[in-house]
Order: sequence, then C-alpha cells, then structure tokens
Amino acid sequence: MKHPDGAYWLKTRRLTFALLFVWIVVTFGASWFARELNEFSLFGFPLGFYMGAQGVIFIYLLIIWFYNRQMRRLEREFGIDDE
Amino acid sequence: MTRLQRYYLSYTGGFLLFIGVLAVLEQHGMPPRWIGYAFLFFTIFLYAAIGIMSRTSDVSEYYVAGRRVPAFFNGMATGADWMSAASFMGLAGTLYLSGHQGLAFVIGWTGGFVLVALLLAPYLRRFGEYTIPDFLGARYGGNAIRLVAVGAAILASFVYVVAQIYGVGVITSRFVSLQFEIGVFLGLAGILVCSFLGGMKAVTWTQVAQYVILIIAYITPVAILSYNVTGNPVPQLVYGQVLQEVTRLEHRLFNTPAEIEVRNLYRERADLYAQKIMQLPQSLTLEREKFSAEINRLKASDAQMKDIVAVERLRRDLPHDPDQARSQWENAMFSAVDRSKMPTHHAEAFPGENDAEQMAMRLNFMALIFCLTIGTAALPHILMRYYTTPTVRQARESVFWSLLFILLLYITAPAYAVFAKFEVFSHLAEIPLTKLPGWVAAWSKVGLVSIEDINGDGILQLAELSMNPDVIVLATPEIAGMPYVVSGLVAAGALAAALSTADGLLLTITGALSHDVYYRIVRPDASTQLRLVISKSLLLVVAVLAATVAAQKPGTIVSMVAWAFSIAGSAFFPALVLGIFWKGATRIGALAGMVLGTLLTLYYIVRVEFNEIPWLGISNLHMEPWLYIQSTSAGVFGVVAGFITIILVSLLTPSGDSASAFLKGIRRTEQRSGR
Repeated sequence: MKHPDGAYWLKTRRLTFALLFVWIVVTFGASWFARELNEFSLFGFPLGFYMGAQGVIFIYLLIIWFYNRQMRRLEREFGIDDE
Repeated sequence: MTRLQRYYLSYTGGFLLFIGVLAVLEQHGMPPRWIGYAFLFFTIFLYAAIGIMSRTSDVSEYYVAGRRVPAFFNGMATGADWMSAASFMGLAGTLYLSGHQGLAFVIGWTGGFVLVALLLAPYLRRFGEYTIPDFLGARYGGNAIRLVAVGAAILASFVYVVAQIYGVGVITSRFVSLQFEIGVFLGLAGILVCSFLGGMKAVTWTQVAQYVILIIAYITPVAILSYNVTGNPVPQLVYGQVLQEVTRLEHRLFNTPAEIEVRNLYRERADLYAQKIMQLPQSLTLEREKFSAEINRLKASDAQMKDIVAVERLRRDLPHDPDQARSQWENAMFSAVDRSKMPTHHAEAFPGENDAEQMAMRLNFMALIFCLTIGTAALPHILMRYYTTPTVRQARESVFWSLLFILLLYITAPAYAVFAKFEVFSHLAEIPLTKLPGWVAAWSKVGLVSIEDINGDGILQLAELSMNPDVIVLATPEIAGMPYVVSGLVAAGALAAALSTADGLLLTITGALSHDVYYRIVRPDASTQLRLVISKSLLLVVAVLAATVAAQKPGTIVSMVAWAFSIAGSAFFPALVLGIFWKGATRIGALAGMVLGTLLTLYYIVRVEFNEIPWLGISNLHMEPWLYIQSTSAGVFGVVAGFITIILVSLLTPSGDSASAFLKGIRRTEQRSGR
C-alpha cells in the first residue's frame, strides 16, 4: 500500500496537526476561561493569571521540544538527511 | 564548547566588567551624563566593530549569512531581532496599566513561535532561497504574487522600522540629553555600520551581541527590586506573593473616601467638558469673555501684574477656533472620564460592570492573541532568519532556542508591572505631595509622570497620578534606589533592542527591493557584484527615509506597530501555510486571498480608527466595530477572509504544474522508505 505522498510526509503531517490541536486548546482554552481559572491558585498566583504570564509559554516550549524530538526520530527512520 | 561560544562568553564577561568599572567610577564621582555617554558610545562602537569584522561581498553571506549560523546563535539573534523597543520599554507599562488584559501580548508574541516551528521554519529552510517573496513566487509561480508579497513586506516592515528609529531618538534624548533629531541620526549611524558592510552576516553576529546586552539590562533592575522587596532575587518566582499584596492594597485603597471624592471630581470635570462641547461655538466665545472680564476686573482693582499676565496667558492658550476646541476638549474629557472610573484589579480577568462589558473584554483578548500570534508567524524579518541555519534540523532547533531566549524577557515583564504597582500603592498612595520620592519629581520634569491635586488636600490619591507606560522600565532603577550606572545599562539595553530590530527590518525591505524586484523581475542577468551595489545603495536610501520620517515624530506610531502585525498576518500567513500544506492552492487563489485579506484589514483599521482623511477629501468614515473588536485586532477578519478566499478561488481555478514539483522538494515525499 503506497500513498503518493510517502509515509514520511504523512507522519510529519499527522504530528504537526496533533501538536497544532494541542496548541489551540491550550492557547484559547486557558485564555477564554481565565476568569474561571482564577478561582484556583498556583505558587501564590491566581491560576488564570499564572497561565497567561508563564504557564502557557512553558507549554509552548514543550510543544516545540517534543516536535523536534519526534522529527529527529522520523528523519532517522526514513534516512532523511537535509545537509 | 565551540569557538563561537567561547567568543561570546568572553564578550559577556567583558561587558559585565565594563559595567563594574563604570560602577566604581561612579562611586568616585563620575557624573551621570558621562556614564550615559560611555554606555551609548561603547555599545555602538562594539556593534560597529562586529559589523566591520563581518563585512562581505558574497551574495549568500549578504542575504542569509552564508547559511552557517548554528541553531543556538540563530535563536539568540532571532530573540534580539524580535524584541523591539516596544517589547523592551512598552510591554511592562502596558501590563501595569491594563493588568490581566495586557497578558494577551505575552501569550500572542510567544505563541506565534509554535506556529513558526510547526508550520513554516523547516519548510522555508528546506526551500533554501533568500526571501519570503521568493518562497511564494516559487510555490505559486509568476511575478504578480512576488510583487504583492514585496508590497506587503514593505508596508509592514517600514512602519515598524520607523518606530524603532523613533525609539532610539527617545532613548538618547532622555538619557544623554541629546536633541531628539540628533539622536535619530545617531541611531541611523548605529544601524548602518552593521547592515551596510556585512548584510545579514554582520547583522546576525551583532544581534547576538545585542541580545546579551538587552537581556542583562532587562533583568538586572527588577531582580534588585525583587531582592529589596522580598529578599529573593528571582522576580519571576516570587511576584505571586507580591501580587497578592497588591490585591489587598487595591481592596483597601480603591474605596477610601478621598479616592471616591477625587473620582467624582473627575466625573464632574468630564461632564463640564461634555457640556462645553455640546454648546460650541458659543461656549468658546463665553470662555474668552469670561477671561476678558476677569482681566478687566483685576486691572480695575490694581492687582499684581503677574496675576494679570497669568490670566492673559490662559486666555491666549484657549483654542483658536471651534474645531480645535472640540478636539482639545474631547481629549480632556476622555482623560477625565478615564480617571473617574473605578480602577480595575490587576489580577482580575476581563473586568467589566456587566456581562456585556466582560464579554467585549474577553472577545478582544482572544482576538488580540489571534492577531499577534498569526502576525508573529508572518513577519518577514523573523521568517527570514530561518534561512540562515546550516540544516533543516538546525532550523527547527533554532525556533526552540528563539522561544527560550524571548521567553526570558516575556516572563519578566509581568513581574516588572506587579513590582512597580506594589511600589506605587505602598510608597506613593496617600503620601503628602511634599514627601513624594525623588524619582517622581525627576520623571515629572520629562513629562512622563504627572500629578494633579484636584481635591486640594495636599495628599496624593491614586486617581490623581498618571504615568506614561514607558516609565515603568525606565524608572525602576531609581524606584529601587540603584546607582545611575543601572539606568545607563537600561538605556543601553533599550538601544540594543531598537537597533537590532531595525537592522533586521531594514534588510528585509532592501532584500525585497533589490533581490525580488530588481534581480528577479527587472534584470535577472545582473552580475552578483551589481546586485550587491544595488542592495547597499537601496539600504542607504531606505534607512535615511525611515530616519527622516521618524524625525517628524509621527504621533500614531505605537498603534501603527500593532497594525503591522495584522497587515503581515493577513497578507502572508494564509498563502504560506496553505501553500505548504494544501496541494490544491492555486496561484490565482493565493493572489486573491492575499489582496483581499490585506485590503479587508486596511479597510477595517481605517473605518474604525479614522473619521476623515483630509488629503483625500473623505469624511464621515467612522463605523461601529464588528463584534466590539478594536482596530489593533483587525487581522482577525483579514486572516479569516484570506483563508476562505484562497480555498474558494483555488477550488474554482485549475492548479499549475509547478506546484507539485515544488511540494515534492519541500515535503521530501520521494523518499526511499527505510534505509
């Protein structure tokens, strides 16, 4: 079973869209419900404020780190070497 | 450790030593003015030295730094490229003034890098040409799309570069008391020494150096302030407690009888102005007659000459005609209305008196995040940086480093705001006017802080104090009682932030003109030497043009920068992303989407923001915003319209054949599976 776009691209695309979905949920979820999240607190901050000021940004960093790790694995798997 | 890392490590050590030496000299009586000069000239000299060392006459080095910039350093350079004078000076102030609502900038300006990492950077690098219009031109084919892209890149970048040069003028005039115009042209020199000789190569290595300076300068004052207040020098960890303290102070201070009285006085003043505006033009005549009668009365009662002169001056300062009166009084009315409102609590999300107001705040918050995110992922001067890494893998990794280096500043800015608020609430509010700390007087002189004792009780109420947003970062060294050398450091940091961004933007503009227009369209047979000559001359022209505009002190510069994000986002983002991820996107679809998206954004900004354009003879433009969305978030409509247009038109038009070969290349679809 061969897809015309090749397995590498299909896997890249699946990973990209999955992480994009996480990004959308985190960004707009935490922002939309900031008022409700403020009921809780973390490290002395109201949670909604904390997410906007630090939490969301650390998750962004994590998303990029995870993407890079998975892409390195994919490239090894398919022997892709973009020099 | 690589050779480069050793270089920059010793550079950082050298800079810290330089600060130490100045601190010692200050102890021995070196005047502040000289410290300001030392920082200004030493740092500009440094950038010039790096620029001269990296001079080049190679096209690839000039446009993309020879594609030899390691991920880590490209991340640093992107950080400096990205963080502008607005991030450095304005962000903390915005957070101070608008509390939680200001966090939209922090989220939007960082979230964009996730989009860059996932959707753009690896593909731009794999494509491996020189500019963003290059990429669109290759994907969709034809010169039309290249020209539209060039136009949008210049429109978004030029406004932005003017703002940076303007920022340089402000910094130099404040810290070393140079004349504003001289400061602007000094900044121009600082920008040209890097970019003119060495293009992207020189700009990259200067930006790395500038990042080091700007991050040290940003974190030092607030770390010391944090240590003074909490005993912990890591402000990002401890400002949660300070925020709680601020909230307690807010509950107490907002409702004292004096505070309420002051707010009522401002409301009365606002009503008075509203009445006067309603009764124009009679009210203006009445006002003038009132002063004349007063002068006659004083003259008759042989009062002091200086009292008469004072009233005469008041009469002279009255607006000359009803139109001028209307605009002056409207400003006065709006500022009084602002001060008459109950202030918002810093940590409260979407404050508002009723559900509708809260919903408007919430929608605007989301819209602003959306626009800033998409704009971040579409600004050509940032995307260009991902052409400069040696490999695709390093391009991906450098987005990680970019975000890490940018995050250091963006998680510090909210701490700045909270610490400054704590200082104001605990050391300024309810203090007799004669006993205010020295920094208030110092910054009042420059006009960034103003105090009006409207109820005449000789005590400062919060509503009587107004602060310019820039003052938060600039005055923190003095608030924390630090020596002048720290203020000088902050000025050097702000300068680095402005210069580094200006460098990147200038290269984008000249790249678009010389590479995309001249080389790709006008004369594809031009020799490499000629291309560089053209590029360097254009750089000079654009830079001088930007400095000339900045020297005019255009008033709306801050909002113009916010608009640049919406413009860049709606012009580039849909066409780039669909171009990579959807085979079916066609040339006509992309063209239609880019043009329509940009036009819709511009249309919305103009209709919401302006009522008339005198030089075009248009009036009565103003319209009610859609869904309460402010003009700074105009991109919400432009980006969505861009996506829809590209998809619809593409479905109706035949796709070209260039696309599939192009996509095979950047997606690497023709891989042998396995090894």
